Amino acid sequence: MEIKPPVPIIPAPIWRNIKDLQEWEQLHQKRPEGDKHSSAFEAITEGIHSFPGGFVVTTPADAFLNWARKSSVWPVTFGLACCAIEMMATFASRFDVERLGMVPWASPRHSDLMVVSGTVTIKMAPMLLRIYDQMPDPKWAVSMGSCANSGGPFRHGYHVVKGVDRVIPVDVYVPGCPPPPESLLNGLLLLQDQIAQFRRTGKRAAPNPKVD
Amino acid sequence: MTHEQAKTFISERFGSAQVEPASAEATAGGGMALTVTVPANDWRPFASFAKNELGCRFFSFSSAVDWKEQGLEVVAKVDNLDTGLSLVMKTKLGPGVSECQSLVPVYRGANWMERECYDMFGIRFNGHPDLRRILLGDDWVGHPLLKSYAVDTPYPPYR
Amino acid sequence: MTLDTPQATTHVELDYSGGERLTMNMGPQHPSAHGVFRAILTLEGETVVGVDAVIGYLHRCHEKLSETLTYAQYPSIASKTDYVAAMTSEFAYVMAAETIGKIEVPKRAQYLRVIAAELQRIASHLLWLGTWCMDMGGALGGGATIFLYAIRERESILDLFESLVGARLLYGFYQVGGTRYDIPPGWADACRKTIDMIDSRIGEYEGLLENNPFFQARAQGVGYISRELAEDVGIAGPLLRGSGVNFDLRRSAPYSSYEDFTFTVPVETAGDCFARYRVRMVEFRESIKIIRQALDKLPDGAISSRPGLKSVAQIRIPKGEAYSRVEGPRGEVGCYLIADGSAKPYRMKWRGASFSNLAVLPHIIPGHKVADVVAIMGSVDPVFGEVDR
Repeated sequence: MEIKPPVPIIPAPIWRNIKDLQEWEQLHQKRPEGDKHSSAFEAITEGIHSFPGGFVVTTPADAFLNWARKSSVWPVTFGLACCAIEMMATFASRFDVERLGMVPWASPRHSDLMVVSGTVTIKMAPMLLRIYDQMPDPKWAVSMGSCANSGGPFRHGYHVVKGVDRVIPVDVYVPGCPPPPESLLNGLLLLQDQIAQFRRTGKRAAPNPKVD
Repeated sequence: MTHEQAKTFISERFGSAQVEPASAEATAGGGMALTVTVPANDWRPFASFAKNELGCRFFSFSSAVDWKEQGLEVVAKVDNLDTGLSLVMKTKLGPGVSECQSLVPVYRGANWMERECYDMFGIRFNGHPDLRRILLGDDWVGHPLLKSYAVDTPYPPYR
Repeated sequence: MTLDTPQATTHVELDYSGGERLTMNMGPQHPSAHGVFRAILTLEGETVVGVDAVIGYLHRCHEKLSETLTYAQYPSIASKTDYVAAMTSEFAYVMAAETIGKIEVPKRAQYLRVIAAELQRIASHLLWLGTWCMDMGGALGGGATIFLYAIRERESILDLFESLVGARLLYGFYQVGGTRYDIPPGWADACRKTIDMIDSRIGEYEGLLENNPFFQARAQGVGYISRELAEDVGIAGPLLRGSGVNFDLRRSAPYSSYEDFTFTVPVETAGDCFARYRVRMVEFRESIKIIRQALDKLPDGAISSRPGLKSVAQIRIPKGEAYSRVEGPRGEVGCYLIADGSAKPYRMKWRGASFSNLAVLPHIIPGHKVADVVAIMGSVDPVFGEVDR
C-alpha cells in the first residue's frame, strides 16, 4: 500500500531557457504592490533604510506596540445570554477568531477584551463591574447584541440595565439580536483598527479613527 | 383511574372542593386533566391526597395569579405519569391575604417554585424551610408580578 | 518499585469533623460555559458537602413583559427563554394561545412545526455534547475536539434555519394559527442531505467517547438521580428518562400531529451522567427518523389559519386559561396562559424545563468532588434564559 507523503512536494522551477526566467520576472513585476509583503508590515513601517549589509526598518514605538496589542487580543469568556451562543459559534470551527490571535481565556487577569454578550441585569451588573476591574490595562470592551447596547427587547423590564455602557466604558457596539458571527467578527476587526490608534499615554482614538 | 373516578373520589374526600373536568383541549394533546379549586385550609391535605391516593407523584409547577380586587390565587400542577392524569390545583387566598401553606413537606420540587412565588408576589408560605428571594437580589424592595407594580419601575443607580 | 527513603516517624491526623470546611464560590462567570449561575459550595477537602444555588442573574422580566406585549409580538421574545432551542419556547406559547382561542392549525403547519422542533432538538443536543465535553476536557486541551466537531454540524443545521426563517439563533417562526414562513424550494432536499450527514457523524462521536476510559471514569456513577427524587422534584426530559421513567410528552400526550410518526423513546435505568448521555445520543437518531417521516409525508395546504398580520393587536383571545406543554430538548417546557379577551394576556407563566432540572442539584451534588460538579452541571444541561426567565 502506497503511503502518501503528508506534504505535497512541489518541484523547484527549472529554467530550460532564458525566456522562462524573463517571463517569471515580468510576472512578478506586474503583481500588485501589497502582495509582496504582509500588510501588517506595511502598516507599521515608517521607513526602510539601506545599510551596508542589509536593510533597517524603522517604526514608531506606538505603531509597533499597537500592532502587537491588536494581534493578540485575548477575550475573557463572559457570555451572559443568547449572544453567548453566537459568541461561542464565532470562537468555534466556522468563524474562527483564533486566526486573528484571539484566544478565549477564562481568567480576567490575563485577558484584554471583554465581550459583553447578553442582557445585563441589575443583579449581574456588580459582578460584571468586578470582572472588568480585575482585567489589567490596557483593556477594551465590546458590547455585543442589542441587550448590551441599550437593554434590547427587555428595555422596559424592571431588572434590566438599559445598556452595559451604564456600567463600563464600551469601545465597539455590535448591533443585532443576536448578531450573527459575521457581525461580531466585523466588530472585532473594527476594534483592531481602534487599537491600532491607541496611544501610549492611554488616550483612546478619536471617535472616527482612520480606517484603511 | 379514569378522570370520572378521580372526580368522584375527590368530591367524596373533599366536599368543599369544586372539581371541573377541564376540556380535552385545555391540556394540549388531550391528556386527562382536572382542575380542582380547594379552600386555602385544604391546600396541603389535598396535595398529600393527590400524591398518595391519586398517585400524582410528579410535581410540575406552582405559581400564583394576581386577580386585582379578589386577591391572590395559588396554582399548582401535579401529574400521574403512569396513567396520564394531570391535576391542576388552585386555591384563592382572598383579598388582602398573602399567606399560604407550603407544599414542600409533600413535594420537594415546590421549594424553588414557592421561593419564586414569594419573590414575585410576596406570598409567605408557612412551613417552607428556606423562604428567601430567588430571582431578584436579597435587597430588592417590592414584588414585581403584582398588578400594582409597574413593569418599568426604576431602580437607582441604573435608572 | 520500592523506595529506600526513611519513613516519617510522627503522623499528624487531620481532623475533618466540620471545622475545616471551606466555602467556595463558583461564581456567575466561570469557564464551564453554561451561563450565569452561581453555586456557593461548601467543601470538606475536595468533597462537596453542601450547595447553595443562586440564580436570577438573567432575570429579564419575561412574565411581566408578556402582559404588555400582544400575542403577535411575544413569540419572538419567547425564543429568548430557551435560547439554545428557541423553537420550543415559541411552540409552547403559541399552542397555549391557540388552545384557549380554539384556533385550528392546518395540517401542513403542524408538520412544519414538528420538523422545526426536531431540527432544533438535534441542534440543541449538538451544543450540549460540545459544551459538556469541553467542560470535562478543558478548552485548550482535548475537550475542544468534540466541541469543534459538534459546532460544525450545528452550523449546517443553522444554515437550514437561516434559509427558512432568516435568523440563525432566535426566530419568530411560530405564530398563533400556524407558522410564519413556508419552506423555500430545494429546502427539503438540503434538509435530507444535512440529516444524513449528521446521522453518519453521530456514530463517530459515540466511538470517540465511549471507547475513552477518561470519559467513562468521569461520567459513569456520577450524579445519580433516583427515580423517586426525579418525580418528586419535577425534572423532565432526558434526566427523567435517564432515571428509568418512561415518559415523553410526544408519546404520552401527543400534540401537533406527533401521533402520525413512529419513533422510540429511549429510557435508561442507571440514573447517572452516562445514562443521560446515552438517552440524548439515541434521541439524535430518533429525531432524524421523525424528520425523515415528516418530510416524506408533508401535506400541501395553508401554513396558517390566521395569515397576514396587519396590526399587532390583530389576534384577540377570549377569556380562558390553558396550560400547554411541549417536549423540549431539556424537558417539559410549559406555558400557563390566562387570557382576558384583549390582545394581551392577563398572566403568563413559563414552566421552564431548566428551572425544575436545576432544582435537583442541591439534592445530588453533595458527596461528589468539585470536578464532578462540572460534569453533573453539563449533563443536567441548563439554559439560564429558562431558569431565570
